[in-house]
Amino acid sequence: MTYPSPAIVDTIFAPVYRWRLWITILRISIQERIIYRGDFMLGTLMRFLPIITQIFLWGAVFSALPTGNGSEGRIVGYSYHDMVAYYLLTMLSRAFSSMPGLASGITREIREGTIKRFIVQPIGLLEYLFFYRLAHKLVYYSVAIVPFAVVFYLCRGFFQETPHGLVWATYIASLVLAFLLGFFLEATLGLLGFWFLEVSSFLFIYMLLSFFFSGHMFPIDMLPEPMATVVKLIPLQYLAYFPAAVFLGKVQGAALVTGLLVQAGWVIVFAFLAQVALRRGLRHYSGFGG
Amino acid sequence: MPQPLRYLQIFATFARNSLIRDMTFRANFLIEFISSLSWVFMNLGFYILIFHYTPSLGRDTGWGKYEFFVFTGTALMINSLAGMLFMTNADNFGELIRRGGLDFVLVKPVDTQFLVSLQRVDWSSSGNFLVGLGLAVYSLRCLGVWPSPVTIVLYVFYLLCGVVILYSLMFLLAATAVWLGRNETLFDFWFYIVSFGRYPMEIYEGRFGRPFRWFFTFIIPVLVAINVPSRFLVQSIRPQSLEEWLLPLYTIAATVIVFAVCRAVFQLALHSYRSASS
Repeated sequence: MTYPSPAIVDTIFAPVYRWRLWITILRISIQERIIYRGDFMLGTLMRFLPIITQIFLWGAVFSALPTGNGSEGRIVGYSYHDMVAYYLLTMLSRAFSSMPGLASGITREIREGTIKRFIVQPIGLLEYLFFYRLAHKLVYYSVAIVPFAVVFYLCRGFFQETPHGLVWATYIASLVLAFLLGFFLEATLGLLGFWFLEVSSFLFIYMLLSFFFSGHMFPIDMLPEPMATVVKLIPLQYLAYFPAAVFLGKVQGAALVTGLLVQAGWVIVFAFLAQVALRRGLRHYSGFGG
Repeated sequence: MPQPLRYLQIFATFARNSLIRDMTFRANFLIEFISSLSWVFMNLGFYILIFHYTPSLGRDTGWGKYEFFVFTGTALMINSLAGMLFMTNADNFGELIRRGGLDFVLVKPVDTQFLVSLQRVDWSSSGNFLVGLGLAVYSLRCLGVWPSPVTIVLYVFYLLCGVVILYSLMFLLAATAVWLGRNETLFDFWFYIVSFGRYPMEIYEGRFGRPFRWFFTFIIPVLVAINVPSRFLVQSIRPQSLEEWLLPLYTIAATVIVFAVCRAVFQLALHSYRSASS
């Protein structure tokens, strides 16, 4: 009687091991995060405070619009209600796409040399960070759903029509893709740390650009040409603007599908770039001492 | 030496030391200088965009594009002064308490609140002040009406009142570190509350806006901090009748009261301080 060699067993069960590894990272990270839930809830609720100023600011802007030019009380197709709803929706988009500390965390690991453990341990850096981040987000949503629900309920009047099934499906898909895009984009930026000792100025520029051009500050349709076209070509809009625009019915028909495909395309591009950067970076990297 | 002069001299020393420190790490200073300016320019871009679509903030409020830019320039000056003089120190206060460093401040023969509030001057925010000043001057030129010397004196006076109001609110929250240990969330709170005052108070209008405006004028006076000085510079909104002078007069009272409360709470906090093991 012959037994299969251990090597073969490993090969057969490799996907199972991988899966168990992922679940373990996820579980440990969730437990770690749950400790801070109280601070979370208050912090999240407070992050909605600027929306109060936005509601009144846009109220004032819309009240002074010149009348009688055919586009009654609208700015680039947004009514006052749309505008406020837009801001609330981008907060939701950002809840998916923002990755606080991801890029700076990676550069710190590179600079301080703790990245070595990922060379030795049978875990990839990216997969570890991915599940760690996923755990954070899951805990965050389970807690933040309370303040989000409160605010959206209070502001329900700003949402005039609820989208139908297909739009809902696209919206949710675009949020998931926003999470993936945010992760791989920031991971790629962080991995630049293999070549540059200090990437904080890069990160700052990225943060600045993404705040302005992702649509977090205002709907990017408001930008004048040719800026609007350029901004729609770069991936930043998929972090905040695109999901919100889908929900508000600003993207319709075929554009819905192409938009989603382009978003998925950017996810693949940055997932690939992150892999390449990691592989090349590790070859470039030299660790000394322990 | 008379007391006020002595304090002025101490402050000058602090300012000088901070500048030397900033100049020692020049690259870092430059990065901070540029980064805070970029935020400012981004906000300005947003405002320009808004006025691309609307002639004024609110119907018949008088806040047209350049009137609003006078306002924003003032907001920048007040915020940057508060940030430059007090922000780092307020941040540091929690650390002084957690690590027991406050012991060394308490034994010094200088008023503790003065020492804690002004020890570090953050020179990198000075760029924001200059941009604010430039913006206000430029916008006044576009409006074509220059304020009289008396108006300018009043403006500077109320600008300083605004700084005092923001300072008092900041250190009111900072002082709570003695009881709470950590108060980072409170600082975010300060930032958000203060940002309510970054727009003309007329925008808070309607069923919810009115009570909101009332609350942030009379209970937490953040709305007067920037609104009152800016109004002096804008011809069309400048207080003229007695009734319109009530708000500026109230602002003086509000400044005194909020500073007194801050002072009282700070002293109370010092009494509750029990040092950390050291």
